[in-house]
Amino acid sequence: MSDALLVIFTEFYYWATIPLMFLIHVGFCMYEVGASRQKNMMHTLMKNTMLIPLVTITFFFFGWWIYFAFPNGPGFIGGIVDAPHAVPWSELMGAHLGGAAATDTTTVDDNASWARINGVFWAAFLLFSWTVASIVSGAVIERIRTGAFLMMAVLVGSVTWIIDASWGWHPEGWMVKVLGYHDAYASGVIHAIAGGAALGILIPLGPRIGKFCKDGTPRNIVPHNPWLVSIGLFLIYTGFWGFYVACNVPIIAEADIGLTGEGYTATTIYLTPTTLSAIVFNFLMSLSGGMIAGYAISRGNAFWTYSAGLAGLIAASAGNDLYHPIQAMLVGAVGAVCAYKLHHWVEKTFKIDDAVGAVAVHGYAGFIGLVIAGFVLWGHPATAAYIEDVALINPVGQFVGAVIMFFVLGFLPCFILANILKWMGSLRVPYEIELAGLDNVEFHGRYLDESDVRKAEIEEAKERDLI
Amino acid sequence: MSTTIVETWAVNMADLGPIYPFVGTEFILFIVGIVFWIGFHITQLRTENRLYDEERVRYQDKEILRKVLLGSDEEE
Repeated sequence: MSDALLVIFTEFYYWATIPLMFLIHVGFCMYEVGASRQKNMMHTLMKNTMLIPLVTITFFFFGWWIYFAFPNGPGFIGGIVDAPHAVPWSELMGAHLGGAAATDTTTVDDNASWARINGVFWAAFLLFSWTVASIVSGAVIERIRTGAFLMMAVLVGSVTWIIDASWGWHPEGWMVKVLGYHDAYASGVIHAIAGGAALGILIPLGPRIGKFCKDGTPRNIVPHNPWLVSIGLFLIYTGFWGFYVACNVPIIAEADIGLTGEGYTATTIYLTPTTLSAIVFNFLMSLSGGMIAGYAISRGNAFWTYSAGLAGLIAASAGNDLYHPIQAMLVGAVGAVCAYKLHHWVEKTFKIDDAVGAVAVHGYAGFIGLVIAGFVLWGHPATAAYIEDVALINPVGQFVGAVIMFFVLGFLPCFILANILKWMGSLRVPYEIELAGLDNVEFHGRYLDESDVRKAEIEEAKERDLI
Repeated sequence: MSTTIVETWAVNMADLGPIYPFVGTEFILFIVGIVFWIGFHITQLRTENRLYDEERVRYQDKEILRKVLLGSDEEE
């Protein structure tokens, strides 16, 4: 097969994943707006919307470089890896035709390898970044300041998650090579870290006014628009297809990744062979396992049925390149039940107000999914064929990996930054304003205009003797 | 004369690398970008603090807060 065709197919493949994954963000926005109360809708929407440009530009400035530069730690199994195509001043970080280098930032070989792939690959990873930050966004609605949230979105979306991707979601990441860490569709590298980050913010942020009774019993703060919540979650399901597909390399010669044949294959992010059929089976079966378990355990609660579908998919994602579909279904069911139970236990015990269950659906389900994969896939090679020292998937490596994702890179950095912002008085909106509603304050003019227009209409109707 | 390195498309593509304008200014653009980004965060924090300080005083008026909470007509 010609190299040119391989490159063009790969370029188009990643490009096609981007609009699909964009739907995840549309879904998160609809979901959050639907889940918030009317007095906070616009604030909720704009908080999540503005993470798009901020994570995008910072992912351009340093996120993309971190992925390629940090697989060794740095300092765990080596130093910083040279990544000339990913530094923000590289000529390859722009429109480039792959020929002669015009600056001293790249070589002819760099240009030939990366010119047509760099942007689409960057964008696919960027959409993962939005997802991580958007997961955090839902948990903290109706009381966090937008300015504080956007700083944490940059921290999670352009720094910590991409460090974990470099460590555990890169064929040569130290976690893969040393721990045998395996997380094909990102139970940990996206979901557990996002859940941990959300928890790290929720503790210093505190619950919404009225969330808990005086005796500590949690109250339901009911979504103002359950239909918008449902459509949002359906859109997240839809976007998840692009997410799964973007986790693969679409086509690569066996010889290029250390296999002995002469054919071509799709691979996981670890450059281990897979097929789209494998992940389609397991995507739908784990989603279904989660939905069935969620419907049963929540007694038909719509919010938890949809969320449990996500939790099931997230729990099985670590091993969904390898599981049998029925295994994926069962892992999904277990992940969903654990997420549901843990959410309510943590809420009641520690008074944590996670408005959309993000810590449970993404964090706990992702963590548990990683640990389960360690047992079910025990002994399967985690490393690609071209890597000489084969690392095997094992329960200890997966557990340590889950701790790194959830606590070390998820919880801790956000907990520290949130506490600094709290100390500065910049984390939470003032009490009176939270009571009044964030939209009444930030979009005050709009409400006054609405009031004025209504009065004007009444006046005109009176003048015409209509009322 | 062109702001890009391309003056005609009648060339071998193997000779063409970056085609955006002003090749060689990438690092300066990067610095400008960083300033733009940091500037946004500073502006956002300042604007938000000022707004909340003003509005907090307004909502400390019991009558205004009562009207908003009880859903009566918006305050004038």
